[in-house]
Amino acid sequence: MSVKLGVPSKGRLMEKTFDWFGQRGVTLGRAGSDREYAGKVEGIEGVELVLLSAGEIPRELNAGRIHLGVTGTDLVREKLGQWEQRVEELAELGFGHADLILAVPAFWVDVESLDDLDAAAAAFRARHGFRMRIATKYHRLVREYLKEKDVADYQLVDSQGATEGTVKNETAEAVADITSTGETLRANHLKILPDGTILKSQATLFRSRSAPLSDEDRLALAALIRQLGLD
Amino acid sequence: MVYRSPDKAQVKACAAALRTRFESAGALPVEAPVLVSSSALLDLYGEDLRARAYTTSDTLRGEQMLRPDFTVPVVQMHMAEGAEPARYTYSGEVFRRQEEDEARANEYLQVGFEIFDGSDPAAADAEVFARIQTAISPLNLKAMTGDIGILMAAVDGLRTSDVRKAALRRHIWRPNRFKILLDRYAGRTPVSPARVALLKAEDPFAGAAPEIGLRSRHEVAARLEVLRQDLAEPAIPARDVDLIEAILDVRATLPNALEQLRDIAVDLPAISDAVETLGARIEALEGRRVNTAAVEFEAAYGRTHMEYYDGFVFGFLVERRPDLPPLATGGRYDALTRVLGAAQGRPEGIPAVGGVIRPGMVVELGGWA
Repeated sequence: MSVKLGVPSKGRLMEKTFDWFGQRGVTLGRAGSDREYAGKVEGIEGVELVLLSAGEIPRELNAGRIHLGVTGTDLVREKLGQWEQRVEELAELGFGHADLILAVPAFWVDVESLDDLDAAAAAFRARHGFRMRIATKYHRLVREYLKEKDVADYQLVDSQGATEGTVKNETAEAVADITSTGETLRANHLKILPDGTILKSQATLFRSRSAPLSDEDRLALAALIRQLGLD
Repeated sequence: MVYRSPDKAQVKACAAALRTRFESAGALPVEAPVLVSSSALLDLYGEDLRARAYTTSDTLRGEQMLRPDFTVPVVQMHMAEGAEPARYTYSGEVFRRQEEDEARANEYLQVGFEIFDGSDPAAADAEVFARIQTAISPLNLKAMTGDIGILMAAVDGLRTSDVRKAALRRHIWRPNRFKILLDRYAGRTPVSPARVALLKAEDPFAGAAPEIGLRSRHEVAARLEVLRQDLAEPAIPARDVDLIEAILDVRATLPNALEQLRDIAVDLPAISDAVETLGARIEALEGRRVNTAAVEFEAAYGRTHMEYYDGFVFGFLVERRPDLPPLATGGRYDALTRVLGAAQGRPEGIPAVGGVIRPGMVVELGGWA
């Protein structure tokens, strides 16, 4: 057995994660060629690297198949019910910043808050005969936020990509999506609602509360946490 | 405390006995499908329902929900079959998603009793309450009642624009936003300078981005016009707001609550009819030998979780066990029959009142030998 560390398998998120561990004396890398999804760990004993899609890391942590995992706070909160009882946040890694926001067409000069959005949704439903559509892939987070804020007369429509384009294509009236700079939103003539920030997310190192540990693993995990300066 | 499901055979026997009891009160036993099309339910309750109901789908029928209750299918059936006066009973599983508390059951039996009849609403309210109370009387539960119709009458009676009344009515089941709206209309929260500037601008669209999407520039302009008119609307007098808050503060036994509400009605005559509806209901309950002095009343009881229940509502609670859900609940849902009836060419709906019992809890609490 060994302590399993789940890391996003590609792109900037993987590289920045490797850098973050590297700066703390734990060298992570791919085992073979660039295309092989096997990892290697140097600088510490008893830790195994598992390369996974960032979206699957919450599920694997929850199932206890990995002990540690790097993924976005947004994904953990969207995918895990009562997430605080499933995983522990060990460290925010300071990159992969992204906000989950609500955006509406910029020409909606009458909508400057969730309160306006709610009133506009009522008028929209009366006129068009259906609830105002908000395109997103973060169904749970958006629904909980709008419930807490007492926004009514909306519906969520699923959008797994190119969400900013749904308004122009008339498959949604508003969007709830991840943004880091807001440039894609502006290019698509959308504006962020000032009180529409649902969650501020960044890459975070999580520990599974359910993954089984042998005595040996427990020591390896403690050594890793000490090495990373998180104790 | 963990909710432990008792022996299923016992629960089923208890459910069957309850249903037989309602059948002998003249109710026709009805069935409902377990899978119901989610579009009607979502249109009715909105996205919040997804947090409470399980959804599934196939490629032909699209999205389906495991029935979260029987009320909607029973009303749909009733409206489709002519909407003549009728009474029904049913018994079956309902399914509730639990994302906060694993100890709560996500499937359980419900036995219901529903009366569709507008000839004597007070008598129908009293009959449903009394029959359910009698059925679970060995358990000595605390009876809570409410009536959102009194708050609705107060809103309708406000000296303010129809737009404001409609906005308040729309959020009557969402107390926080209702309060925010009321404070704004009473002039307690000022309109922001930016908003005033926008509404006074010669061309509010000056420099705005291009028009995109289904909500047109015309609709934006129409809402700006509504906001402009609202800016000129006088504030709701503080006294009227205080009276609404006084209604929401009423918490007493039924006879005492009636007296308190009659006092409020002296200053707010708009609620008089609704208060006398409560008076007639209390008389009808006493006619059915309900000890009304032992029944609690809160004007806003059930307000946050019984959307479309627009009159009498009730619940039977296990005292000193706030962890347990109510064992029985019910109420009048005339508004629901109007909304569902509209889809079937019967926008007038039909006065309807009903209630459900959870036989699993009856057995668990020892109310079934």
